[in-house]
Amino acid sequence: MTDQKKDPMIRVENLSKTFVLHVQGSARLPVFTNLSLEVAAGECVALYGPSGTGKSTLLRSLYANYKPGSGHVWVRHGNDAGEHEWVDMAGAAPHRVLEVRRRTVGYVSQFLRVIPRVPSRDIVAEPLHALGVDPETARAKAEGLLARLNIPEAMWHLAPATFSGGEQQRVNIARGFAVDYPILLLDEPTASLDAGNRAVVVALIAEAKARGAAVVGIFHDDEVREEIADRVFDLSRERAAA
Amino acid sequence: MSATRTQEVDGEAGYNFAYLDEQTKRMIRRCILKAVAVPGYQVPFGGREMPLPYGWGTGGMQVTASIIGKDDTLKVIDQGADDTTNAVNIRRFFARVAEVPTTEATAEASIVQTRHRVPEDPMTEGQIIVYQVPQPEPLRYLEPRETECRKMHAYKEYGLMQVSLYEDIARFGEIVTSYSYPVMVNDRYLMSPTPIPKFDNPKMDDFPALQLFGAGREKRIYAIPPYTKVKSLDFDDHPFAIQQWEEDCALCGAEETFLDEVILDDQGGKMYVCSDSHYCTKRRAEGHTGTLSESAAKAYAAAVGAAPEPANPGPAKPEPAKEEA
Amino acid sequence: MDTTSPLLRVRNLTHAFGPVLACADVSFELYPGEVLGVVGESGSGKTTLLNCISARLAPTNGIVEYDLRTKGLTDIYALSEPERRLLLRTDWGVVTQNPRDGLRMDVSAGGNVGERLMAVGARHYATIRGEAEDWLQKVELDLGRIDDKPKHFSGGMQQRLQIARNLVTKPRLVFMDEPTGGLDVSVQARLLDLLRGLVRELRLSAIIVTHDLAVARLLADRLIVMKDGKVVETGLTDQVLDDPHHAYTQLLVSSVLQV
Repeated sequence: MTDQKKDPMIRVENLSKTFVLHVQGSARLPVFTNLSLEVAAGECVALYGPSGTGKSTLLRSLYANYKPGSGHVWVRHGNDAGEHEWVDMAGAAPHRVLEVRRRTVGYVSQFLRVIPRVPSRDIVAEPLHALGVDPETARAKAEGLLARLNIPEAMWHLAPATFSGGEQQRVNIARGFAVDYPILLLDEPTASLDAGNRAVVVALIAEAKARGAAVVGIFHDDEVREEIADRVFDLSRERAAA
Repeated sequence: MSATRTQEVDGEAGYNFAYLDEQTKRMIRRCILKAVAVPGYQVPFGGREMPLPYGWGTGGMQVTASIIGKDDTLKVIDQGADDTTNAVNIRRFFARVAEVPTTEATAEASIVQTRHRVPEDPMTEGQIIVYQVPQPEPLRYLEPRETECRKMHAYKEYGLMQVSLYEDIARFGEIVTSYSYPVMVNDRYLMSPTPIPKFDNPKMDDFPALQLFGAGREKRIYAIPPYTKVKSLDFDDHPFAIQQWEEDCALCGAEETFLDEVILDDQGGKMYVCSDSHYCTKRRAEGHTGTLSESAAKAYAAAVGAAPEPANPGPAKPEPAKEEA
Repeated sequence: MDTTSPLLRVRNLTHAFGPVLACADVSFELYPGEVLGVVGESGSGKTTLLNCISARLAPTNGIVEYDLRTKGLTDIYALSEPERRLLLRTDWGVVTQNPRDGLRMDVSAGGNVGERLMAVGARHYATIRGEAEDWLQKVELDLGRIDDKPKHFSGGMQQRLQIARNLVTKPRLVFMDEPTGGLDVSVQARLLDLLRGLVRELRLSAIIVTHDLAVARLLADRLIVMKDGKVVETGLTDQVLDDPHHAYTQLLVSSVLQV
């Protein structure tokens, strides 16, 4: 177990990102330059730094939601046969990235992007369906997570469009933890949650770490960060050093 | 016979034998050869102006005119009868312009031209039957685009025809098409057998005589060589079945022929008689009788002023285009 | 080590109407289970592109290859016309913007759905009707209307019927041109849900042309953005919409109220 915990799961190499806003006269917005970072299995790295240092941008780049200008995001991806290979999220073909997202890298965004008219239990179960898990098992796991995150059963068949911000976020988190991803990316998972629910999320993250997942997160809450992060990656210092 | 030499008809000055000039007959015979070579395939031909309007058998007549010779004997029937207006007219036409003997007996004819029936007497090798065709294209009412129809025939894409049979079953519980019932010829071409009742379709299969089809308005010729497979379309769980009657022919007692319903009076009195008039007459001459015999024969003669109605007309289907010019 | 091969491969596809280049030099690959969205405004060339890659318009230049079950990746324009027509009736589906172009308006709903089966030789009425009923249920059409003609259906129902008609032969690839265009908003929404569900359940690959970014976000895994016949940007849907790079894409995204 300890050996497995030391295996690197993410290798960021010389990553740079600059936004070019054509709609605003081609204004250039550099965010970070030549970032490198390694995250090992069973480790939780907190991305740290004031606003504008690119925490969210970096996290999204790990998911290929943002496309960096240069550099690599190597991710250790395993297939059905139990074989592993390194896939560069910043350069791989779209179908490969989609495969990595299905199986290996989970992402919990800061806000739930609401798909209209789909019941919350189906939203949570969807990543399991995508992996071919049978509907009964998927549904049971989804409901278990919703229950754990204190979403009342009466709401499981409702679409989250009318839920409060906190409730929506908890549905979002449940979806992120439905599949036991080897890599988890969490963007402010405890924002808008009360103490009780914060504790549930911390427990979920701890369990993920315990089974060997590599976790990268942005945690505004100092307490949560101190409890769950093994180390901090400070983007403001990276920027100063660049 | 030379292609350029005309053959004057003795009784009619200025007319070539069998009305059409020899070059035209040659063209039509070439089309007939092509049609015979590809059973069920519609061959376009340069149809000529005939001395009657479209819808009265001009296509059939052009085919007959192209193949008839002095040694032939011609029979012409319309809905099975030799003595209706159409049949009488056409028979008289060929008697004048081809001066050939004519007959009502199927067995004695070398060529039988027919509108909408196959004779009950089985035909033999060496005979030719010429069908009059109103609409040669079996897909016409399903696919209005001619370009698409041609592709469907060329690529053997006949799903649409099966769909129309499906529609019948969905709407009526059974296939209600009772005439112009579509057939597959030689396992290759979908063909309209002309508005013969589906009762006659099985006769066309493995038929010993040559079957030729001529459409004058649409200018198409098609053919089925002797002993060719002709199969009526159906579904495995709704197989093709022919019409049946509880009654026998009131005049001759025949049990297995296609019967026409004849209305006798205004009180709804009716009787059923063989549609094939020669066949019925022959049976009566042989001594067979039906239930109504003497009085029935008189009533029939009286009622026969109008052309007899087919026993089972199809519902809501476009009428065979005989009335339209 | 990637051993999957693409289902569809398009290379340097160009089509000109006389001097006008409707689409220029388009290349992409589509893998099994992927949904590709083609977005752009009117005149961008997206419909021409769709027609070229769905075997209905031979391009002036370029190659379109499809992984035929029997032969592997094959140039579809090197096939004979009957082979192409068979492909369009079996392994492919085409859902047109106007359902009237993709349905037989004078044939019952059941007949419309059963046609493809009868076209490939199905001859048992009860079985054909049973399949038609299954599919009508899948697209949430009232079974009681199986014998009604689509000319008596609403637009949304006609579109559902068109979808059922195409999916009955279990195609691997479906082409859709503005599948929800012209429909009322609530009808659109339900149709999108249906499409989403079917694509996932049947593991369809699809290419969807749309000018509506919300539809693209909901249905497509990947996008290509077209302007004036050219592909200006391509990538995963969420990446193209959340981190657009090209000026035109940025303009499109910023023009939409809420994507």
